[in-house]
Amino acid sequence: MSTRLEKPIFEYSVPGRGAEDQWPRDPGPAASDDLPAASRRSGRPLLPEVSELETVRHFTRLSQLNFSIDTHFYPLGSCTMKYNPKACNSLAMLPEFLARHPLAPESSGQGFLACMYELQEMLKAVTGMQAVALSPMAGAQGEFAGVAMIRAYHRARGDLERNEIIVPEAAHGTNPATATMCGCVVREVPVNAAGDVDLEALKAAVGPKTAGIMLTNPSTLGVFERRIEAVARTVHEAGGLLYYDGANLNAILGKVRPGDMGFDVIHVNLHKTFSTPHGGGGPGAGPVGVSARLAPFLPVPLLARRGERYGWLTERDLPQSIGRLSGFMGNAGVLLRAYVYMRMLGREGMAKVSEYATLNANYLLAQLKRAGFDAAYPDRRASHELIVTLKRQAKELGVTAMDFAKRLLDHGMHAPTTYFPLLVPECLLIEPTETESKAALDAFVAAMAEILAEAAKEPERVTSAPHTMPVRRLDDVRAAKQLDLTWKPPAAHAIPTTS
Amino acid sequence: MAFIPHTREDVESMLAAIGVAGIEQLFDEIPASLRLGGLAGVPEAASEMEIGRLMAERARLDGRPLCFIGAGAYEHHIPAAVWAIATRGEFYSAYTPYQAEASQGTLQLLYEYQTMMASLTGLEVSNASLYDGASAMGEACLMAVRANRRSRSQRILVPTTVHPHYRATARAVAGNQGLLFEELPYCTEEGCIPAGALDRYDGQDVTALVIQQPNFFGRLEDVDALCDWAHARNILVVAVVNPTSLALLKPPGQWGSKGADIAVGEGQPLGVPLSSGGPYFGFMTARMEHVRQMPGRIVGRTVDAGGRAGFTLTLQAREQHIRRAKATSNICTNQGLLVTAATIYLSLMGPAGLERVAAAAHARTRELVSALTRVPGVRRLFRGPVFHEEAVALDRPAAPVLEKLAARGILGGLDLTGHYPELGGALLVCATETKTTADIERYASALAECLREARAA
Repeated sequence: MSTRLEKPIFEYSVPGRGAEDQWPRDPGPAASDDLPAASRRSGRPLLPEVSELETVRHFTRLSQLNFSIDTHFYPLGSCTMKYNPKACNSLAMLPEFLARHPLAPESSGQGFLACMYELQEMLKAVTGMQAVALSPMAGAQGEFAGVAMIRAYHRARGDLERNEIIVPEAAHGTNPATATMCGCVVREVPVNAAGDVDLEALKAAVGPKTAGIMLTNPSTLGVFERRIEAVARTVHEAGGLLYYDGANLNAILGKVRPGDMGFDVIHVNLHKTFSTPHGGGGPGAGPVGVSARLAPFLPVPLLARRGERYGWLTERDLPQSIGRLSGFMGNAGVLLRAYVYMRMLGREGMAKVSEYATLNANYLLAQLKRAGFDAAYPDRRASHELIVTLKRQAKELGVTAMDFAKRLLDHGMHAPTTYFPLLVPECLLIEPTETESKAALDAFVAAMAEILAEAAKEPERVTSAPHTMPVRRLDDVRAAKQLDLTWKPPAAHAIPTTS
Repeated sequence: MAFIPHTREDVESMLAAIGVAGIEQLFDEIPASLRLGGLAGVPEAASEMEIGRLMAERARLDGRPLCFIGAGAYEHHIPAAVWAIATRGEFYSAYTPYQAEASQGTLQLLYEYQTMMASLTGLEVSNASLYDGASAMGEACLMAVRANRRSRSQRILVPTTVHPHYRATARAVAGNQGLLFEELPYCTEEGCIPAGALDRYDGQDVTALVIQQPNFFGRLEDVDALCDWAHARNILVVAVVNPTSLALLKPPGQWGSKGADIAVGEGQPLGVPLSSGGPYFGFMTARMEHVRQMPGRIVGRTVDAGGRAGFTLTLQAREQHIRRAKATSNICTNQGLLVTAATIYLSLMGPAGLERVAAAAHARTRELVSALTRVPGVRRLFRGPVFHEEAVALDRPAAPVLEKLAARGILGGLDLTGHYPELGGALLVCATETKTTADIERYASALAECLREARAA
């Protein structure tokens, strides 16, 4: 990683320069003489005028200011930052796949559609669901599709009162936000000291207004919800449905299936479990799987096989569908990458993923405990991730989880997820994934131990970290108060330009 | 192949450290009754060589027909540098820049992207992207409801000249929160929102008006008059725009006397391959006064502890991980990698290059339409200028003609019958800078042949 900051690309700009070899020939002013003056742009947009080499250097240098899986250990809990195999990218970027127009006839896409259909079948197999729709473009959109289907299901039965979605207090923020987007009301239920949903509180919460419950299992606390069958029974008996948030599917792949646990609908984060790239914050893909009773409500377009041909079903074929979630069919290129990955894993590889992800997490937990850290749930098995709480260190040494996170960056490791789940104080949610070696885990434990020792001896070194990154800790308050969201010519800037 | 690096010795020493006899014991909290026997529905593992061969065969099967379809996804030249850089591991395999100090590359790139999009659309603030153009329109309607405090109705006027898939997506994304979408008919001679179409809403409580420019038929709407009409009645304007077109056409921020309030659109034309529909990215820009109602990530420039400039995610109090049920949206991940590609693309194009792309696409479409309308039985459907696609009418149903063209390796456009049955045999055709005069002639002569055959049959 470079520590040399790069000036904004606009500061390389020189009027009249440009990557002209990339531009089409100028058709001349007569070519657009039919456009009325009132509809035309006056004044050029603020785009840089730079050469191709300047562009390549600028963005290559920017890339070098990032941590990434390819360059650093990245144990960001709940995000499953595993190796993204290179073949998945290169095969999804074969020229014919890239050139295919989304509205091209099905007859000119049977090769692509065969991959999509087989992907659906594999997702059905690993989730234990009856039908799958590929179109949701991210986990949160998959959640939206799922809750919208639950809502549509109740409405189709004339059960109009059911508008409450139950979420455990440890749930991802997207869960309650999704419930709101679907026009539902959120009801939180507590989890007990061992990390399981408080069954008594759940029983008290369900009733004739219950639309459903959204659960992650293993939960966001990094433990398996042991009484999932009782949870399912409670919600079903009250007339609600169960939604599985697939964020933690990597923990149980090939071991146990959401469909078998009693879930009615699930989304799968392909960018987590099936190793499609995170891309600096997307694209993701969040296909949804459903039990038979929710199948009529799946989003469109929906891929089907008719005889030997593959084709799309639309609103006409699925009149009860929750509708269309994207302009076309969703993130096709992401789906192709997941398809390649799943084919490479194969039947045998699926269970190996969860086995080694779990082995790595439990090993980290054991070693971190030995190094003097407190597990949030010391008597539980870790799933594919684990939570360390630094409450004691914060109190005794004045060094917080955020300080540890920032100091880890100096050790060349991306920080774990911090301050989530919200109910564990000063927590680090650590997810090593199966693709990390024992050596990488040992190095992480050593770094944590070193920071702990440093926190006792020289706490300000930790509280003022990072020291070796391109920038030191950033002023988030200023960022939100003195909004600077676009570049302006230097004179207009309050902050001196970096170079 | 599961990309697992462990040796047997590693596993043994790790199990010993944990204090269990085998990996299986780590799953002992899962009730035995739920444990899975096998995965019959998943094929056996394929090596990279084997899957490589299969994918190449499937790609070959699909081929590369000569494509004249647009309708929301456009074939443009993508410089090799765009994806060579975007797929560098440091961009490709990083995540949302939660740890700003270790993510300055992604953050600065997003800030540069926000600057470019704000300027391109003529508005003050841009988010760091949404999923795609259609879902961005849904989010913009929700945002308009939050931003328009003078309206209580949640009524959104959507002309039928807006992409049919966008209208459907907005209904699916925003309908659950009680938004009411009312469709406005189009003028069948001009393919635009007719003057006076809005008169019947005078004096009513309407939250927002959506205007697509160029519209679904490629035609130009009278955006100035529409925008002024809406603002005079305290109705917010949501613009749906094609980013390439903005090098030539008036940006939403300058529509009418006040400018549109929110602009959204499909970012795909900016360096993103067609790829069967995704991943693309939706962009969203707005007036600064509405920034706190925006969904999605936003990057801000600030200072570090040493006073140096740096970048960070900001205004996070709008977002789901902080506000939970009260967030502006449930969106978490956006389309970072596609934004990376678009920012590189826009840098390579610059203002002059993007103008060339827009002008060349416009010129090619004029050339295409004049070649096609020389074919007997083909005429222009609407009068008035277009940007880079246009509806043409055939003297017979379009579907069989398109099938014949496809058999000749030509995708002749989108059959409009499905969404606009009243138009009869009509095609929406598009040509960008990627089409040559020879391509256009090939299409025109194939179309003439197909129509001749159809007449003879």
